[in-house]
Amino acid sequence: MMDSPLLFDRVSKTFPRGRDSITALNQLSFTILQGKVTGLLGPDGSGKTTLIRLAAQLLLPDEGAIHLLGNSPTADVSHVFKQLGYMPQRFGLYEDLSVQENLTLYSHLQGLSKEESLSRQHELLKLTNLGPYGERRAGALSGGMKQKLGLACALLRIPQLLLLDEPTVGVDPMARRELWHIIQSLKNHGVTTLMSTAYFDEAEHCDQILLLHEGRLLIQDSPQQLMAALTGRTYLVSQISDHHPIRQLQEILRHRENVQDVRRVTEGIRVLIHKNRTVQQEKGETWLSVSPRFDDVFIDLLGSDGSVTQHPPSSFNTSYIPSPHQSVITVHELSKSFGQFEAVKNVSFTVNKGEIFGLLGANGAGKTTTFRMLCGLLPASSGLLHIDGIDMRHASSLARARLGYVSQKFSLYGNLSCDQNLHFFAAAYGLRGQTKKDRIQWALTEFDLHQYQYVNTDQLPLGIKQRLALSCALLHEPTILFLDEPTSGVDPLARREFWQRINLLASTGVTVLVTTHYMDEAEYCDRLVLMSLGEILAQGTPKEIRQLAKTSNLPEPTMEEAFISLITSHETDFLSHHE
Amino acid sequence: MLYRIWALFIKEWLALVRDKNSRFVLIGPPIIQLLVFGYAATFDLNHIPYALLNEDNGFISRQLIARFDGSPNFSLVQTLTQEKEVASIINEQKALLIVRIPSDFTKSILSHRPANIQIIIDGRNSNTATLALNYVNNIVLAFNQSWVYTHHWERAPSEVIIRSWFNPNLLSRWFIIPGIVSLLTLVITLIVTGLSVAREREQGTFDQLLVTPFTPTEILIGKALPGLMIGCFEGLLIVLLAIYWFKVPFMGSMMALFIGLLLFLLAAVGVGLMISSISLTQQQGLLGVFLFLVPSIILSGFATPIANMPEIVQDLTLINPMRYFLIIVRGVFLQGDSVVDLLPQFWPLALIALSTMSFAAWLFRHRI
Repeated sequence: MMDSPLLFDRVSKTFPRGRDSITALNQLSFTILQGKVTGLLGPDGSGKTTLIRLAAQLLLPDEGAIHLLGNSPTADVSHVFKQLGYMPQRFGLYEDLSVQENLTLYSHLQGLSKEESLSRQHELLKLTNLGPYGERRAGALSGGMKQKLGLACALLRIPQLLLLDEPTVGVDPMARRELWHIIQSLKNHGVTTLMSTAYFDEAEHCDQILLLHEGRLLIQDSPQQLMAALTGRTYLVSQISDHHPIRQLQEILRHRENVQDVRRVTEGIRVLIHKNRTVQQEKGETWLSVSPRFDDVFIDLLGSDGSVTQHPPSSFNTSYIPSPHQSVITVHELSKSFGQFEAVKNVSFTVNKGEIFGLLGANGAGKTTTFRMLCGLLPASSGLLHIDGIDMRHASSLARARLGYVSQKFSLYGNLSCDQNLHFFAAAYGLRGQTKKDRIQWALTEFDLHQYQYVNTDQLPLGIKQRLALSCALLHEPTILFLDEPTSGVDPLARREFWQRINLLASTGVTVLVTTHYMDEAEYCDRLVLMSLGEILAQGTPKEIRQLAKTSNLPEPTMEEAFISLITSHETDFLSHHE
Repeated sequence: MLYRIWALFIKEWLALVRDKNSRFVLIGPPIIQLLVFGYAATFDLNHIPYALLNEDNGFISRQLIARFDGSPNFSLVQTLTQEKEVASIINEQKALLIVRIPSDFTKSILSHRPANIQIIIDGRNSNTATLALNYVNNIVLAFNQSWVYTHHWERAPSEVIIRSWFNPNLLSRWFIIPGIVSLLTLVITLIVTGLSVAREREQGTFDQLLVTPFTPTEILIGKALPGLMIGCFEGLLIVLLAIYWFKVPFMGSMMALFIGLLLFLLAAVGVGLMISSISLTQQQGLLGVFLFLVPSIILSGFATPIANMPEIVQDLTLINPMRYFLIIVRGVFLQGDSVVDLLPQFWPLALIALSTMSFAAWLFRHRI
């Protein structure tokens, strides 16, 4: 037992909130495996960050004991810090210093000798592929590069125990892959890693999983064991004819009595059936038994999502089928330059009514710039931009009234309550009187916000904030919905719930334009564009995009593999053209 | 449109008053500052420390010394006996000035010859030195007059009789408190508005606001109103304190003061919103407010008269809203000015308000 680098013994931690207190961790006991990667999973507010901060000795437990690297909890642990690496969600980089200067500063802070520091820095720059950016200001790096630099700073002195708090949130798939590669490679140095994550594919690669729920340990096991337990309950369903949009099939399946969960994936619809139930196959569907994945484990353990109501407002017709002739958003040769730098170059695409349209790209590919131009937040340098037939370059108040917008930060007024936020946004969109009352009531019910009605929004968990932000954007029943990384940092359950709502909305004829970093979410889109270095790289249905990346050694690329291969080849082309 | 502005106004208002800290910041510091500044900031000198070197044994020098003793403005710190002690007293700042009466003082006066006294003064702070010297002159002048009167000497051919209008006793508090009224009003308004857009930009809510049907003008009005109201409330509160606590006479028209305050607030709110919309973060906003505040106070005539400034700087003060408001406040307090008297101050203020406001509205959308 004492061999474990980290041991929690009946640890509890509570935080005061107003007059009450909330229990972040409740009688938690576990050990982690020496020299392995342990993944920490759980919904928002389940105590992941608290656990990591306790392990890093930044917080003291109210009850129980923490044995760190074989030390007794009462011993002086100051010497342990040298053997401990810790990276919080946002690593404290000095934004005005260059990459190199940050590394040098942190090696001084950790008391490395000069030779040691130089050789280690060299190694780390190579490992993180940050070598070419040594002179760049840390503040000017993309999100993914910042995270890599943060990790490098935490690894200057090779720690015995590495604690990472969601190191891959808000990072594009390529950078995420690199980060994950670095973490795995640490095993060769005998480093024990504990990392929290919101990605299931990462969880699958961990050696062990700790699943937290409401401050308690729900389960601790290897991901393989957990997945094996679900064998025989997972199926892939597809429809024989392509006549109806696949999301209708999804809605139908979701309401079946034996089905616990449905999920849109590359090949069709993944279904998880309840324990000890049999398949109920209808005409026109093909059911294929598939091996369980970690997503299924998570859903099975944490229950299905009962909070999404099954009743869309009656005024909507839920069987809307997108028609290719009714374009709602038209973008033609759109460009934007900031001084010399061309952020967006000649981008053209159209979005049809009732479509879910995705805008994908690595950090810095120009998708945020394009998005902001579409919303009328940024004037375009040249090109045409029509939304619902209205030129967004002269975006009138009238045109904006048809849009709903959810930004990545879930922009709500933090010291206003839920209720006050709803009232404000309702009034901002000109709702008044009984309509206003009805719509606010609808939002509170539909999004299950009643219990948070009088809570200040900055005290809400991220998932609830996201629900509120979406409800605020939907108060005025917009025909077009803009979503800018609407699920960034939100836990997997909240993400699925969110997408179910979006699906439902699209099926009522609302046009949805979305940017995202989660490649599994790209599958929810009817069509998407892939951007790189300000240009459109590929355009089409998820299936078509995947086809583009098909090679002899990648016969069935996933969305993420397609994304990475297309962008890498484009960037290499670009560089070779400009040399 | 009115309904939307109202919603925005309510939201801004709630954002300000729901936060315990910002509630305190709006009320506490201005009142404390008014009280502290009201007592601390004064040009009047009391208890000037002085030393005496009296080489004369006659009775007339004692009469003169008695006048210094009796004045509340002076207090004796040391009596010297030798000339060589003088330097150390001044160097070590034990006394601000030394009164030296030569040995022939009484004899000269009795024989109707001009008698001299010497004043050695610490000139390191020239302003204080000049004021102290004035007090000495007044004492000596009064002494001369009373000597002439009681001993039936021939009078001087002309005498100065001074009457100070508006401030008969030349109390500097009467001059400074109205200045503080405008100073504090400016500070509060700039802080309320200077952070409002920057805070929203920092939290990302400003984008959210821009995609709603709000027009820049509506946002401007919604953002300006709370600043305007708080500025009005605080300004009038400080005016009341000035009248009833510090007993500064209020001679003019309340209406004139109110119009002036409103125009001044509009200009200040415009500047605040301008700074705020240029800033990316609240920190930048605060820095911007600070950068604006210091020159606008120094170039307003609050402490040093504008007439003393180089001409090019005098021209620069023409765009400083505080310059006009200072004239208005001092005018209505001491001079008893009416609305008509202050028209020449009102229209430039209105012009400044109009331009800062429109520029702020333009910046909402066109930043970068």
